[in-house]
Amino acid sequence: MEMKAYIIRRLLLLFIVLLGVSVLVFAILSLFSPAQRASVFITDVKQLRDIQEIIKKHGLDAPIHVQYYNWMKTLLRGDLGWSKTAQKPVLEALFYFLPNTAELALFSAPLIILIGIWLGSASAVHQDKVVDHTTRTLAIVGWSLPTFWFGLMLLMIFYGYFRGLLPPEALGIKASLYVKSAEFSRYTRINTIDALLNGQVWILLDALRHLILPIITLTVVSCALVMRIMRSSMLEALGGGYITTARAKGADEATVVKKHARRNALIPVITVSGWLIAGLVNGVVITETIFNRKGLGWWWARAAIQLDIPAVLCAVLFNGVLFVVTNLVVDLLYVYIDPRVRLR
Amino acid sequence: MRMLKSKSVSWNELRKSFRPRVEELKFSLHRIKKSPLSLIGLSLILLFAAIAILAPQLAPPERIHEPYRIPRDGYAAVPRPPSAEHIFGTTEGQYDVYYGVIWGTRTAFRIGFMVVGATFLIGLVLGSLAGYYGGIVDEVIMRVVDIFMSVPALILAMALVTALGHSLDNVMKALIIVGWPIYARLIRGDVLAVREEDYVSAARAVGCSSPIIILKHVLPNSIYPMLILASLDIGAVVLIAAALSFLGLGAPVGYADWGQMVSFARNWIVGPPQNPLAYWHTITIPGLFMLFFVLGWNLLGDAFRDILDPRLRRR
Repeated sequence: MEMKAYIIRRLLLLFIVLLGVSVLVFAILSLFSPAQRASVFITDVKQLRDIQEIIKKHGLDAPIHVQYYNWMKTLLRGDLGWSKTAQKPVLEALFYFLPNTAELALFSAPLIILIGIWLGSASAVHQDKVVDHTTRTLAIVGWSLPTFWFGLMLLMIFYGYFRGLLPPEALGIKASLYVKSAEFSRYTRINTIDALLNGQVWILLDALRHLILPIITLTVVSCALVMRIMRSSMLEALGGGYITTARAKGADEATVVKKHARRNALIPVITVSGWLIAGLVNGVVITETIFNRKGLGWWWARAAIQLDIPAVLCAVLFNGVLFVVTNLVVDLLYVYIDPRVRLR
Repeated sequence: MRMLKSKSVSWNELRKSFRPRVEELKFSLHRIKKSPLSLIGLSLILLFAAIAILAPQLAPPERIHEPYRIPRDGYAAVPRPPSAEHIFGTTEGQYDVYYGVIWGTRTAFRIGFMVVGATFLIGLVLGSLAGYYGGIVDEVIMRVVDIFMSVPALILAMALVTALGHSLDNVMKALIIVGWPIYARLIRGDVLAVREEDYVSAARAVGCSSPIIILKHVLPNSIYPMLILASLDIGAVVLIAAALSFLGLGAPVGYADWGQMVSFARNWIVGPPQNPLAYWHTITIPGLFMLFFVLGWNLLGDAFRDILDPRLRRR
């Protein structure tokens, strides 16, 4: 019963924050001048003369609350406008670009979390030893790396120096032609998974070859955060009374670290991992732009440069919703994992 | 005579009241000297500060009124390797790399200080108001914080810059709008914790007004985490600003800015077949400047965290 009440309260809060995000998106929209916003409706240069009429027709000079109401109405109908960079309606473009980004996230997120947990706990177990100093220094360097520069350096070495060993883009020319052909059925539109489902190993290998550098870029830059949280959480856990008890009862060090300390230390890491998955999109914008992978980030970066207002607003809205929903999932997971939270 | 005496007493008392602080400072300095990483961080920052201050001497501008415009040696697209005339070579469009990275240091400091200074102040004011007054003030401010923090910084900054117009000033404005909530949240939490302490109740009992209590009792006790965050944040802010410039949303073409210099290099990561690393300098040099600048602030912030925080320092 308590659990139900908690979920209902969380859902209510979710609704409020989503409403807030919509206000934020609308606020950004109203930073554009009415003429700029009217340009979204222009398909022909001749219409430029009638820009005042277009502004009137779409109510772009109406009082702000009326505009918000109208905007919200179209939004709830699922009409996010037309993206000129994608040459598609925004909602359609979102689903068009999603698979490439999802593929990247699917491979990087587990790597980031696992490597971060592993390094963080190793660092805490060997506190103030060589292992600890090395991993901490590496984490600070990784944290300080400019994503876009690191990615380009990787390309310079593995694409330039090693003559096209690990190329940019999502697929090679031959593979991308085959993928588009009728022989290849697209189930998920995620290249690696579709290749497996079609039983085409060479496509899978080609896709993986194109994935390696983006994955490395994202992982190196992001796993420092997980590592740091894991380290401090592990240190705290290792200082806990139950660890002393376990040791006093004669448990060997491996059992103490693995069974007692690490399990408890993982709890805060779950929260951070939730943020991380939502925040991965941050890195994806840069990574996809550098490696020319046509995913969400690539689209949004181009949209920002070309003043594609609906697409840019979609980026904010999508990420806001993603973050709020991930947070909800993480908090519910928390209740499931940590009995202390459940009791409250 | 009486006056003199009372003066000397108060001086003694003053000294007494300062003694713990002096001791603490000595202890902090001792810890800084003991920690090699913080010394590396500090030296990096001092080195960059020297470069920024001495920029007019290190790289004398051709046009006095526009020192941030990188001089060009011709208009050919292909970058030229380092030579006696251009010690770091030239990048796409014959912009001098050396001049760009030197004056880019000033740009980085300006962005870092302006953005972090402004976010720090806004966060400080709103956060302490929320924490101290609680109730509806707290509720409203913190919900706004939640909303701002629900969108990744780069995406939100990108959208804001698109709306405000592409320029370096607007990048800074956008980063300020994006950055303040994290400070507000941090200071609010600290204020909430400190507010319940006995010395705050005591101050209130003696009749101190709310602003005085916040300024004299609450803030000095919760300012360290803010300073640590600020140090780490300078690095993060410079990175995001550079990323925006790299995407083409920030500095105008030819402006001394590290992010833009890397974007110049983007078409030249692969050299001609016989020498694939021919243009290495166009990307490596501005990138290393950026990396070491950010690294310096991060090392410093990380060391501050261990050294300055009284709750962690003696562990």
